[in-house]
Amino acid sequence: MHKHSRRLLRGIGLVCALALGVSACGSDDGDSSRKAVSQEDIRAALEKGGTITVWAWEPTLEQVAADFEKKHPGVEVDLVNAGTNADQYTALQNAISAKKGVPDVAQIEYYAMGQYALTKQLTDLKGFGADKLSDTFSPGPWNGVKAGGDGVYALPMDSGPMALFYNKKVFDEHGIEVPTTWAEYLDAARELRKADPKAYITADTGDAGFATSMLWQAGSRPYTVNGTEVRIDFSDQGAKTFTDTWQQLIDEKLLAPVTSWTDDWYKGLGDGTIATLAMGAWMPANLASGVKDAAGDWRVAPLPQWTAGAAASAENGGSALALPELGGDEALAYAFVEYANAGEGVRTRLANGAFPATTADLESKEFQETAFSYFGGQQANKVFAESAANVADDWSYLPYQVYANSIFNDTVGQAYVSDTTLAEGLESWQEASVEYGTEQGFTVEK
Amino acid sequence: MTSPVVTVSDRGAAKAAGTPGSPPPRLRTPRRRHSADKPRRSVWLTLLTSLVLLYSLVPLIWLAVSATKTQEGLSRSFGLWFDGDFALWENIGQTFTYDDGVFTRWLLNTLLYVGLGAGGATFLAVLGGYALAKFDFPGRRAVFAVVIGAVAVPGTALAVPTFLMFSKMGLTNTPWAVIVPSLISPFGLYLMWVFASEAIPTELMEAARIDGAGEVRTFFRVALPLLAPGIVTVLLFTMVATWNNYFLPLVMLKDPDWYPLTLGLNSWNAQAATAGGEAVFNLVVTGSLVTILPLIAAFLLLQRYWRSGLAAGSVKE
Repeated sequence: MHKHSRRLLRGIGLVCALALGVSACGSDDGDSSRKAVSQEDIRAALEKGGTITVWAWEPTLEQVAADFEKKHPGVEVDLVNAGTNADQYTALQNAISAKKGVPDVAQIEYYAMGQYALTKQLTDLKGFGADKLSDTFSPGPWNGVKAGGDGVYALPMDSGPMALFYNKKVFDEHGIEVPTTWAEYLDAARELRKADPKAYITADTGDAGFATSMLWQAGSRPYTVNGTEVRIDFSDQGAKTFTDTWQQLIDEKLLAPVTSWTDDWYKGLGDGTIATLAMGAWMPANLASGVKDAAGDWRVAPLPQWTAGAAASAENGGSALALPELGGDEALAYAFVEYANAGEGVRTRLANGAFPATTADLESKEFQETAFSYFGGQQANKVFAESAANVADDWSYLPYQVYANSIFNDTVGQAYVSDTTLAEGLESWQEASVEYGTEQGFTVEK
Repeated sequence: MTSPVVTVSDRGAAKAAGTPGSPPPRLRTPRRRHSADKPRRSVWLTLLTSLVLLYSLVPLIWLAVSATKTQEGLSRSFGLWFDGDFALWENIGQTFTYDDGVFTRWLLNTLLYVGLGAGGATFLAVLGGYALAKFDFPGRRAVFAVVIGAVAVPGTALAVPTFLMFSKMGLTNTPWAVIVPSLISPFGLYLMWVFASEAIPTELMEAARIDGAGEVRTFFRVALPLLAPGIVTVLLFTMVATWNNYFLPLVMLKDPDWYPLTLGLNSWNAQAATAGGEAVFNLVVTGSLVTILPLIAAFLLLQRYWRSGLAAGSVKE
């Protein structure tokens, strides 16, 4: 194992090639990451005060940081938006390689956690007693911060149990039933297209996050990670289940050719030409701010199932706060992370529209009975909480998922624009991922 | 960013030709004569230029029109025409107050980078160009080769190596990381060099020296005024380059407090693609409009110097 991780550290070029060259990377032995910091140390650090730098793009953290500073007058939280997801990871990797300007706390999404955890660039929070918090968080996110290992590399900040957001106005107008299975979803897509040639059931031009979530729900487990031994296999039944249905949506041109998160996409969500979204539970805040005009039109339903009557769900998105190994003042940094993700900060973040990863909040009456005026008064959190409970926790991402996702559109994305089928696309995604992993020093099996 | 179209108007000259008040002189031969004063008009050429003009103006019109719309208005209305509610003033107000008024900070940062970066680059280019044009010293040809070579290397290609160097020096994430690389403008140096060798007669410098002026005085009192049009040209070029610079600050800066407008607006735009992030396309559009206004102003103010500069040397004295 030790030999393996050495080889890996040398090889993990994605990480170092971005910046300073390999020599600057991972000179730590990895054993130093088991630090012990007691509650006593944390209290002392808070007493003493100081400044911590937090790299995060999550908007609700702003209020949390302000509250934290008020509570501990000696402490200053320097909240920096160093870019959103992949941009921030590049920046973080550069800083780690340069061993300069590494933040004390960094926001990392679950899908990217493996890359940092495996190369020992994150402090294992077990030494801070974080493993005792395992029951605090719902299983999906908790599995995410363990990144397939036995350490705890971050505390979950939010989660994204999936649900089906749908435009009720559009469904009512054409008398279409809200689908409960993906087969019904396909029928609904056809009906809608027939009723209004300008409307689509959803928009999809190939999105890695969405595809992996769908595979997750369908029971596919393409990635098996055991240290540096990785298996990538898209040939299981779950993957076939997903591609069979989705291929029909593509072939019959039932998907709007609009890329997610663009202004066109927001426009489509507003004017009814994109009728549904299978997304993470954090979506309401985005709908409320980005699609104000459609307030009252949208509703939330459980994610359609692959077999009628089942209740399987998956996570989509979501992120955690981690302590980079090279960051400073760990006691203070941990104090902040705990405050924001497991302490009082959670309440503040919920009030500002974030979706929790903490079971107590997910199950609380107050949370579940919150009426969303955007969804016509619907208690949408009930749907989300149920979904969170139904997420299978045996899913894992690749230790280099950030790279894999970056080539998704060159491989699987071809299915959306050419004669390549989705299944063939997954196959070439597998090929490319295997090849890259091998180059990076992983032992990759197909 | 499109450069403004410089139109040469000859209306003034035409007016002056006819005597005011009197009827236009009757011409026996209605055949048109083509000369420098009365250029031949070609329908095709006019059409073609109008097309190009339209092509370069449409994005600008879109930007101006879109800046008057609210976030919802942007998505429900046609791009090149106004939406029901006119929200330009609210948008401008919001642009400057959103996120604790960080836009103003970005604007000041950009001004700082342009002031020190483009100003400094121009200053260095003028000094260097003058020296290379007017003084003979060993290695001049080598310098020439290096400068010409440097013109060919795009700044973007140098950004990452520069980052590595600056990070070793501990300068990344400080304004210096943006200002110092901006100080180097090989093209500006080349331009000043060519301009100086044409615009300053060596005889004039010799006359100044004979009159007892030192080199510094000759430079500031004799050479500099003659170089004015060239300086303005280089200043405009470096200003636009620094104002629009995106990649260098992107690589160098992580702290939004030091972002220039380009990075800042992009971070607002990226917000729409984040879980829980607020989509503020209306502010991005309005911010972009506000961002190009100073450049337009600079061009309008400086273009007359620029034009007279381009004419220099075209007429035999």
